[in-house]
Amino acid sequence: MFSPDIVIAAVLNGLLTGAVYALVSVALTLVYGVLHIINFAHGAILTAAMFAAFFAHQAGIDPLLSVLFIAPAFFALGYAVQRWIIGPASHGDDRNILLVTLGLSIVIENVLLAAFRSDTRSIDVPYGFSVVDLGFVFLPMPRVIAFGVTCVVAALLWALLTRTDTGKAIRAVAKEKLGASLVGIDVTHIYAVTFGIGAACLAVAACVLLPSYYVNPRVGTAYVLVAFTVVVLGGMGSVPGAMIGGLLIGVVESLSGLYFGESLGQLGIFLIFILVLLVRPTGLFGARA
Amino acid sequence: MDEVLLSVRGLVAGYGQTQVLRGLDLDVAPGEIVAVLGSNGVGKTTLNKALSGVVRVGAGEIRFGGERIDALAPPAIVAAGLIHVPEGRRIFPDMSVQENLELGSFRRGKPNRAANLERVYATFPRLRERRGQSAGTLSGGEQQMLAIGRGMMGEPRLLILDEPSLGLSPLLVEEMFALIGRLNADGLAILLVEQNVMQSLAVATRAHVLENGRIVLSGTGAELAQNPDLEKAYLGM
Repeated sequence: MFSPDIVIAAVLNGLLTGAVYALVSVALTLVYGVLHIINFAHGAILTAAMFAAFFAHQAGIDPLLSVLFIAPAFFALGYAVQRWIIGPASHGDDRNILLVTLGLSIVIENVLLAAFRSDTRSIDVPYGFSVVDLGFVFLPMPRVIAFGVTCVVAALLWALLTRTDTGKAIRAVAKEKLGASLVGIDVTHIYAVTFGIGAACLAVAACVLLPSYYVNPRVGTAYVLVAFTVVVLGGMGSVPGAMIGGLLIGVVESLSGLYFGESLGQLGIFLIFILVLLVRPTGLFGARA
Repeated sequence: MDEVLLSVRGLVAGYGQTQVLRGLDLDVAPGEIVAVLGSNGVGKTTLNKALSGVVRVGAGEIRFGGERIDALAPPAIVAAGLIHVPEGRRIFPDMSVQENLELGSFRRGKPNRAANLERVYATFPRLRERRGQSAGTLSGGEQQMLAIGRGMMGEPRLLILDEPSLGLSPLLVEEMFALIGRLNADGLAILLVEQNVMQSLAVATRAHVLENGRIVLSGTGAELAQNPDLEKAYLGM
């Protein structure tokens, strides 16, 4: 058995990792909940955002600063991609959308490969090896920052969805497209806004991830596999589900790393995943079928 | 004929290769209730969807307040004040009653949102009682009230009601038609699309019977109620 201090440290570290999982998953589940598509380009967009943050850092801008323009830029990019590529190319057919996003991810990854090769790059930030001392446990500063930023983004997203007309229109379109059209909501526009918000969340995740991680043209894939698990676990389309699910998966991964050994950390994720789905097939926060 | 609010001429519309409306003419003047009657599958709902821009118009023209609207998308048509309360209510089930109503003024009537909300609550006291409740938990009758209330929030110049009595108990059907009469008495023009023939004719200024995508009988409510051809047309004989 491990001492309580070590277990608590593992739980806290898991929550910090889980916050980034939550952010990546919220973006995925929001797009699924509103557009009813699985966005296969999710990982590639995350990767692209990490490259953007990497080159902003090369130009001398810290990711915590560059997020202020990378996130809006990715919102605009996401909006444009949905409105003028995915939407028109899919003609409203779900199978087409699936293939279009898959194609998009292949294009993005290969453009990045062609431009930057498959080298793995990382950055040095002054706070890269700083820690937060809680007395009984040291927490890595970049991850504490990532956790804090995720909380801010979650709060902003919550305010947007519950307090603004645009946010309410997003929720309306998610559940009742025809009803939304008939009160004058422009469904095509709301689809693009939602996709843009998803891309902006990924951009934020990229900027907080980069100081403690690395970037190469395939880096998004690892996060997206976890994000898919989180989204199904939390309940497809549920934003609170993705938040809680992300944190939960982070803790589970950290604890199973502690008990089964670091290399088997991901084993715990899929054990929990299977267990939850056996008991609740629609996920933790999913509507009952 | 500048007294006409809605004017439809030679309207052709449908889905893909299937034509549902085959050259339909219709007028609604300000302050009128015009009923469109017909059995299932004659094109009533397609007519409404073509008017509100959800279904593309194949040929013909639709004028609303004198302006062509047949090539416009739904948001622009709502902005002009033609508001369609759809069959099956189409409320937002996991949002509160009040949020549903607020979204009714998403495109039009936003400056008067608070006053209009008060007016809707005065018309439907039940909705005020349930303002914080999820719309999906309301009874069928309450959901229909919510759908109509949401339509009123957009300050309609013409309100299209598609089968408002469908699925309601006989008592609630009475209430629904009384309500339609009251809304109209306040000056609202209504296009009422219904299967419920006799009650619709009783409140309607004028009525049309739709069959196979065309209007086959027209007249005032009272005239049609007396017309022996009504039953034939309605039964498709």
